[in-house]
Amino acid sequence: MKLLIKNGTLVTADGEIKADLLVNGKVIERIAPAINEKCETIDAKGKHVLAGIIDMHVHLREPGFEGKEDVESGCKAAVKGGVTQVCCMPNTNPVCDNAVVVTYIKHRAEEVNLCKVNPIGAITKGQNGESLSDIGKMKSAGIVAISDDGKSVANSAVMRLAMEYANDFNLKCLCHCEDANLVDGGVVNEGYNSTLCGLKGSLRAAEDIMIARDIALSESLDIPVHICHVSTYSGAALIKSAKERGVKVTAETCPHYFILTDDIITSYDTNTKVNPPVREEKDRQAIISALKDGTIDCIVTDHAPHSLKDKQVEYNLAAFGISGIETSFALSYTYLVKTGLMSLSELSEKMSANPAKILGLEGGGLGEGAAADLTIVDLKEKYVIDGNKFVSKGKNTPFNGFEVFGAVKYTIVDGEIKYRG
Amino acid sequence: MLKNKDLLGLKDCTAEEIYEILDAAVQMKKLLKSDCKQSDMLKGKALVTLFYENSTRTRSSFELAAKYLGASEVNISVATSSVQKGETLIDTGETLDAMQIDYVVIRHPMAGAPKLLAEHVKASVLNGGDGMHEHPTQALLDMFTMREAFGKIKGLKVAILGDIKHSRVAMSNLFGLKKLGAEVFMYAPATMIPKEIEKLGARVCKSREEAVEGADAVMGLRIQLERQHGGLFPSLSEYSKFYGVNDAVMKYAKKNAVVLHPGPVNRGVELTPGLIDGEKSLILEQVTNGVAVRMALLKLLADYREANL
Repeated sequence: MKLLIKNGTLVTADGEIKADLLVNGKVIERIAPAINEKCETIDAKGKHVLAGIIDMHVHLREPGFEGKEDVESGCKAAVKGGVTQVCCMPNTNPVCDNAVVVTYIKHRAEEVNLCKVNPIGAITKGQNGESLSDIGKMKSAGIVAISDDGKSVANSAVMRLAMEYANDFNLKCLCHCEDANLVDGGVVNEGYNSTLCGLKGSLRAAEDIMIARDIALSESLDIPVHICHVSTYSGAALIKSAKERGVKVTAETCPHYFILTDDIITSYDTNTKVNPPVREEKDRQAIISALKDGTIDCIVTDHAPHSLKDKQVEYNLAAFGISGIETSFALSYTYLVKTGLMSLSELSEKMSANPAKILGLEGGGLGEGAAADLTIVDLKEKYVIDGNKFVSKGKNTPFNGFEVFGAVKYTIVDGEIKYRG
Repeated sequence: MLKNKDLLGLKDCTAEEIYEILDAAVQMKKLLKSDCKQSDMLKGKALVTLFYENSTRTRSSFELAAKYLGASEVNISVATSSVQKGETLIDTGETLDAMQIDYVVIRHPMAGAPKLLAEHVKASVLNGGDGMHEHPTQALLDMFTMREAFGKIKGLKVAILGDIKHSRVAMSNLFGLKKLGAEVFMYAPATMIPKEIEKLGARVCKSREEAVEGADAVMGLRIQLERQHGGLFPSLSEYSKFYGVNDAVMKYAKKNAVVLHPGPVNRGVELTPGLIDGEKSLILEQVTNGVAVRMALLKLLADYREANL
């Protein structure tokens, strides 16, 4: 099967070029100024063609929490957001800490047959922070990394062993950085707004301490490590200085950390509750700088869908998390590219090339012979975000009413059109 | 006329609204102190107290306020532990609403719970204390007491000492007193001072003496024993030695300064027994005023409901 994309602007690592792109089967066969081929054709005039977006931090919730999301609804949401490939976190029920669960998720993804789904295995059994999961067997079943996302492995000795052992299998630890003792029940950033609202705050230090620890382990062991959802200016500074001295650390952040501040919590809207919490303007500015200077390598969503009953409760009782996969491209484009902070090529690097590179995934670039995972967007088309229109089961977004640019028109996975906007 | 169907906090009240409540409470106090403290102003109205935390004075104060004005009242106690597994707050609120109640007084360990309830019920929601957030009726009765003692609030210097960080009383007093033009000085161990409280207009002091210097009113806040287990301070005796208010500290205050405490007081911890029972103490007057202020509030909210709903 061939698919021709004509008249579009291709967003490559070297910049934007006007060219046609011919897909043959699952690969990009040819890129040239004018290709004529009798086959299914997309007229991409006025639109931009990007390497398919790879969201390496997603919660699909299946198995166990299908009320919040399942593989099918999560993948539908992904392709609607222009995402061709997700990596899903292991905090399911049962926890994805063994090859059976990994195989189950892969099987469900094949049935659904929308985007590519790469499971992430738990670092420790049941995410208990004590004994290592069957990391090797999970690798054979298809995991692409390990993480105890949602919490840190508190015991540094266990974390050390996990990093050493996983490295033998060429797997990275994705570190959710949080000192649980210091968080101590905090639900928002600790500062002026937590005082104003009487909500228990959590210090930046609760995140920074674990970032520093995981950098220290990486440096001492000379093993790469990846820091999840960086939210603090001080955490970004720790990563920057580690990179400067050659530590093999990579990092990600999410749109809410470079768009929002904790001013939004004063509404007590539980859709603003996320872990780590959105912080202050100086953090937001620092996260943007860290994205620009390469300290933070990629943009992910930490897509955390929840049902209404998880969110329509007291702020303290509400679940942490934002349903973000359907809005990440438009938000990132609107707040980073349209504002002139970075080029579209640089954004594509953060959302596709770098995640692929960090986890050794296929895709992530536009080139002849590369995987035909593509996202076609109309940058001029604007719309207003409305969580109730999400196809994800999780309607929980703090971005309701935000006007954004960059509508996804086509999501193509392995040469097949999986979504039309 | 108040501007909302609910009283969720003083953060969102105007100075005019606060004065309106305090003024109405003057009349209510007269009724309360009269031989026959019974009116039918709120005849046919119903009030529910919905308490997710223990309370003696706030709850009985609201219940008596309702009774004195002829309203019927029912109380519901919910064990804190059942908050997480039982009926949701929204369901509870809708159920109560369906019983055609006019007011619900809620006390809840979590900030924002009264707001959530208010958004889902037609009844007027009165915040009887939510987490570390607000306890507006306590601050109203404190301000009423201060105004009675000094004839005004504007220009008063009020010192608040104790566990500010976990105190909704301190927060509501801070919001209310600043709106009425008083100065608020605070002192506590650093472990009990919330971040950036100064941006809300409080002055955080370096010593008891500095906080109390020239004060018209000195307010002690209850130290909860569990805070000690949480490590916020090493022992009650150490707390009282370095942070408690005693006669020596009170010498720094104005001669006619008064002593306030929201209760229940730990004798010899926040305040010495001599101060609690002494002539400067208005602690029991505060309790009386609490009933008057709540009577006033119920009446004003009834007026609002009649005019707007």
